[in-house]
Amino acid sequence: MKEITSTALFGVMISLIAYEIGLMIQRKTKKSFLNPLLLAIAIVIFVLQAGNIPLEDYNKGGQWIAFLMAPATVALAVPLYKNFELLKKHKWPIAIGIFTGCVTSVTSILLLSRAFGLDKELAMSLLPKSITIPIGIEISKQLGGMPEITVPAIVVTGITGAIIAPMICKVLNINGSVARGIAIGTSSHILGTTKAMEMGEIEGGMSGLAIGVSGFVTVVIAPVLVAISQYLFPL
Amino acid sequence: MKLIRQITIILLFIFLGEIFNKLVGIPIPGNILGMILLLLCLLMGFVKLQQIDEISKFLLDHMAVLFVPAGVGLISVTGLVKDTWWILLLIAISTTFLVMSVTGLVVKFTRR
Repeated sequence: MKEITSTALFGVMISLIAYEIGLMIQRKTKKSFLNPLLLAIAIVIFVLQAGNIPLEDYNKGGQWIAFLMAPATVALAVPLYKNFELLKKHKWPIAIGIFTGCVTSVTSILLLSRAFGLDKELAMSLLPKSITIPIGIEISKQLGGMPEITVPAIVVTGITGAIIAPMICKVLNINGSVARGIAIGTSSHILGTTKAMEMGEIEGGMSGLAIGVSGFVTVVIAPVLVAISQYLFPL
Repeated sequence: MKLIRQITIILLFIFLGEIFNKLVGIPIPGNILGMILLLLCLLMGFVKLQQIDEISKFLLDHMAVLFVPAGVGLISVTGLVKDTWWILLLIAISTTFLVMSVTGLVVKFTRR
């Protein structure tokens, strides 16, 4: 059995099957909190635990799937290109929205970490949780966080974003495609963007744009806000 | 053959992004720089949309599945966050509500 489960094929196959099952459950139940990715992760973890399969064995295949994240990020240029006129037309609301969102994200995490008495290492690991994994890991390292905590925090944030996006748009009456896309991409990166794509092409394009810009903004503002917070209320 | 050419173009842009990242030394990862470079090339007409259309549709339609391995990696940190996991989860979820709401409302009200 070990010879089979420690091949790359196994990791790839089980990930895809788990995701298909997740999609099927979502389609059958139509419950948004039964997010297909969340279900897929749970299924894979269950199989690994039940079969006593080490994470390293799973990752032999897992890394093949994770590798595709880089081309997927580059491909986000396409919806952006298709909506470029719209971007130019609304450049100021978009810029102000993303900037405010990033400042809100970093500040609220710092304040809550302080309120709950988290140690600095954990707080820094959470800081980049709204941005995409490759940038988030870099910021986390730079600020003295632990990337192995940052990655799950980013995934949790993304799944949360994908689940709550339709509800937030409805409750707060956010009807414009641009506002929806920017809100989703700024708060929940690529995973939220999958939901934005379902809402419409403009939403998807704007959400994709927000991933890149919010990543960049967070790189710049996070160290500054951390320095200010250390001065006001040392963690 | 068509898809091979399309994936080659995409990979080439990641590569260019990585080179750019190393040369200039900016803390933005190569794949984001690759996205920006591809957008510029599309805008300037160096790359035509139909040269990458199918592959980007394939990649964008199935983005969520690419996060399965990252999520499964969670089991390797359970020991690290034994006592604090619920605080981390609470902060991660509550701030997502907050950031999405604030960003959406700011864009909504600055648009007019």
